[in-house]
Amino acid sequence: MSMKEKTKNIVLPLVSVFLGLLLGGIVMVAFKYDPIQGYLALIKGSLGNTFYIGETLRHATPLILVALGFSVARSAGFFNIGVAGQVIFGWLFSIIVALQFAGLPKLFLVPLSLVAGIAAGAIWAGIAGVLRAYFGTSEVIVTIMLNYSALYLSNYAIRQILTEGDDATPKIAKNASLRWQTLTEATNYSTIHMGLVIAILMCVVIMILMQKTTIGFELRAVGLNPFASEYAGMSAKKNIILAMVISGGLAGLGGAMEGLGNFQNIFIMSSVPSTGFDGMAVALLAGGQPLGILFSGLLFGALKVGSVSMPMASGVPTEVVDIVIASIIFFVGAGYLLRYIMERLEKHKAVSATIVLSETARKEGE
Amino acid sequence: MTTQTLAIEMKKIVKQFGEFRANDGIDLAVKAGTIHALLGENGAGKSTLMNILSGLLEQTSGEILINGEEVSISNPTIANKLGIGMVHQHFMLIKDFTVTENIVLGNEPKKAGIIDRSKAEKEIIELSQKYGLDVNPNAKVADISIGMQQRVEILKTLYRGANILIFDEPTAVLTPQEIDELIKIMKSLTAEGKSIILITHKLDEIKAVAQDCTVIRRGKSIGTVDVASVTEQELADMMVGRAVSFKTEKKPGSPKELVLSIENLVVKEKRGLEAVKGLSLEVHAGEVVGIAGIDGNGQSELIQAITGLSKVEEGSVKLKGKEISGFRPRAITEKNIGHVPEDRHKLGLILEMSVAENIALQTYYKEPLSSKGLLNYKNINEYARNLIQEYDVRTVNELIPVKALSGGNQQKAIIAREVDRNPDLLIVAQPTRGLDVGAIEYIHKRLIEQRDKGKAVLLISFELDEILNVSDRIAVMHDGQISGVVLPEETTPQELGLLMAGKTMETIEKNRQESC
Repeated sequence: MSMKEKTKNIVLPLVSVFLGLLLGGIVMVAFKYDPIQGYLALIKGSLGNTFYIGETLRHATPLILVALGFSVARSAGFFNIGVAGQVIFGWLFSIIVALQFAGLPKLFLVPLSLVAGIAAGAIWAGIAGVLRAYFGTSEVIVTIMLNYSALYLSNYAIRQILTEGDDATPKIAKNASLRWQTLTEATNYSTIHMGLVIAILMCVVIMILMQKTTIGFELRAVGLNPFASEYAGMSAKKNIILAMVISGGLAGLGGAMEGLGNFQNIFIMSSVPSTGFDGMAVALLAGGQPLGILFSGLLFGALKVGSVSMPMASGVPTEVVDIVIASIIFFVGAGYLLRYIMERLEKHKAVSATIVLSETARKEGE
Repeated sequence: MTTQTLAIEMKKIVKQFGEFRANDGIDLAVKAGTIHALLGENGAGKSTLMNILSGLLEQTSGEILINGEEVSISNPTIANKLGIGMVHQHFMLIKDFTVTENIVLGNEPKKAGIIDRSKAEKEIIELSQKYGLDVNPNAKVADISIGMQQRVEILKTLYRGANILIFDEPTAVLTPQEIDELIKIMKSLTAEGKSIILITHKLDEIKAVAQDCTVIRRGKSIGTVDVASVTEQELADMMVGRAVSFKTEKKPGSPKELVLSIENLVVKEKRGLEAVKGLSLEVHAGEVVGIAGIDGNGQSELIQAITGLSKVEEGSVKLKGKEISGFRPRAITEKNIGHVPEDRHKLGLILEMSVAENIALQTYYKEPLSSKGLLNYKNINEYARNLIQEYDVRTVNELIPVKALSGGNQQKAIIAREVDRNPDLLIVAQPTRGLDVGAIEYIHKRLIEQRDKGKAVLLISFELDEILNVSDRIAVMHDGQISGVVLPEETTPQELGLLMAGKTMETIEKNRQESC
C-alpha cells in the first residue's frame, strides 16, 4: 500500500464522520433544535464522566469484535451479512456453558465460556462457508437466513430448554462474569467489563494474522484473485471455509461479550441484535483495517451511548437523534462514493503522477 | 508526394505527468488517405499521444492541426466532431445488444422519439458494403466472432462520421485469416479517402499495410520513415535503440531422458464438452516442444490438465515416469513443474499485491520466506529484489503493486518466479502476447537457456514465428488432438497452417513429395 493510499484511508473516514455530523446538525436546525446544544449533550453523554466513558467502552467492545469478524471475511472476498446471527449463537452458548459449569473456578469458567461462544459463532458461519465451498451457494443469502434461524432457535432454547417458559435465563454466577469490581467501581458502577482488553488484543491478533502469516496471505490472495490463488496451489475451498469460520468465531466472541459482560444472561429477542449491523458499519468506516476498527468501534460506541442522553439534556427527541446517527452511517456507507470523487479530483489535477503514469504504462503494455 | 495534404499534424507535443514526461516533443504528420504506423516499445508514449489526439488527455504544450487548421481537443466529443475515431484494442461493446444497437448507440436515428431500426439497419448495411465490412446487423454481439466484433467497432466509428481512424493494436486478438481480412478492410478505407493511424508492435504488419511509420522511443519521436524503403530489422533497431536479433541464437537441441509423457488424455472444458480428445505427447529433457494451433483447439485445457487446474477425465500424465494426473496444483508444482500461464492477469498475478508478494506466490509457505506459518517479509523482499535485478524487471521497487508495471515487466516477474524454482519441466503459454520485440527477445533467450540447462520446455503459442523460432520440435494441435509433429528446420508456415486447419501428416508428406 502506498503512502497515498494510507492517508486516504485515514482522511476518508474522518470526512465521512464530519459530513454525517454536518447533515445531522442541519436536520436539528431544520426541526428548530440547537445543534450545538445537541452535540454537547452527545459528547457529555458519552465522555462526560467516568460512568459514561465506561458505558461507551462497554458498547464498543462487541462492535469491535464483530467488525473484525466482518472484515476478515471481507478481505477473503465474502460478505458475511450473518454476523448478527453469529452474535446470538455466541451469546447463547457462552451463557449455556456459564450456567452449566457454574461451579468451576473463574480461571477455567471464563475462558471455557468464551471458547463456547467462539465455537458456536464459528460453526454457524462455517455452515455458510461449507455450502459456498462445495455447492457455490451465495453466502449472503445463506447467512441472512441463518440470522433468522439463530434468532428463533435461541428464543426456543431460552423458553423451552434453559428455563420453564421464562423470557430470560437466570443471571450467570460471578465466577463466569467478565466484570471486574475495581473497574466497575472506578467507572461509577457502569457496565464496563474486561472484554475490552480481549477486543483490543484481538485487533492485534487479527492484524498479525492477516498481514504476517501465511494463512492471512492466502485469505487475502483468494479474496483478491481466486483464480491466481488456485494456480499458486492454494485451496479455494479451504480458504472459503476458514475465512467464514474465523469471521463467525469473532462475531461469536462479540456475542459472548454481551452475555458474560454486558447483560450477564440471555433473553428472548424480537429481532437480531443491532450489534451485528452496527459492527458491519464499524468495519466499513475503518476500511477493514484492524487498528481503524478499534477507533471506529469506539466512535460508534460513543455515538450510541451519547445519543441516549441527548433527548433529556438538550430536548432533541430520540427520533432526530436516530436521524443524526443514521446520517453518519449513511456517509460511512457512501465512503465508496467519496473515494471515487476524491480519485476523480486527483485525476483532474493530475497531481497523482504515479497513478496516471502507471496506468498509461499498463495500457501500453496490454 | 510532398504536396499531399496532411490529415493530422501534431507538433512538438509534450505531456507532463508530475516529474515524468510521457511525451517529450513528439512530431507526427499523417498524410490524408494513408495508413501511418506508430511504432514503439511498451511504455514509449504511444497511448499517451493517441489519448491526446482522441481528447482523453490534454497536452501540456504543442499544437495539433487537423486538415491544416489548428484545433484544441479538450474532450472526446470534440475529437468526435473533428472526425477522429478510435478502434479500441479491448472492444467497447455491449454484449447483450445487437450489432445495430451497438453501432447506433448514442446517435440513434429516431422517428417520433422511437429508434428507427429499419433506417439504422439500412445505413449500417450501406456502410458495411461500401468498405467490405461483413457484419450481421441483427446478431447479438455475444454470439459473434472476435473478428466480427472488431468490424462492429470499426463501423461504430464510421457511423459517427470518422475520417481519421486510430487502430490500437488491432491484430492482437485476431487469427491469421482475420488479420488478412482486416488488412483488406484498412486498405479499402484508405481507398475511400480515410486516414489511419496504426499502433502496433508487429513489424510484418507495418510492412504489409503502412506507407509511413513514425518511431517513438522513451517519449521522443525518433523519426518518420517511408516503410517501403526500410527493412523490418531497421525498424526494430530504431524502436529499441540498439541492434535486435529476431532469430534467437541457439545451438541444436540435445534431447535426453523423457520428462513429460501424456497418453490418451481426455479433458473437458467448462461446458462439459471434450476439449482434449485422446491426446498423446512427449517432452524430453533438453528440448523445447512447441504446440502450435489456432486459439480454442484445446491448448488451454491441455495445460490446465497437466498443471492440475482441470480434471483429467481419461488417460495419463506422467512426470519422469510417475503419474501426476489427479494431483492438486500445489502437489504438481512441488513435483518441480514451472508454469507461465497464458492469462497473466487472471492466473499469473494478483494485481493488487506487491511485486514481491507476487514473486513469492509459489514459495511463500517455505523457508526462508516464512517459517512456522509466519511470513518473513525481510526475506521475501530481499528475494524479490534479487530476482528483479537478475531478470531485469523494471520497477520503482519491489513494494509497489504489480499492476503498476508494464505488461512486459509483469511477464518478466512471472518468468523470474517460475524459472528461479529451477523446474524440470517449464510450461510456457503465450509468453510474449502483447510484448514488444525487446521483451520478446529476452524471454526467448531465457527459454533456450532453460533448455540448454537440460530442462524440458513446453511452449504453447498462437504466434507461428515464435513457435518456429524457439522450438526443437513442433506439435500442431487441432480439435483436441495432435494433428502432426514436425521439425522447425524442415517445415514452413504454410505446412503448419494446413496442420492447424486439421489436415493430416499424410497430406503434408504427399505435398512434400509433389513439390520435390
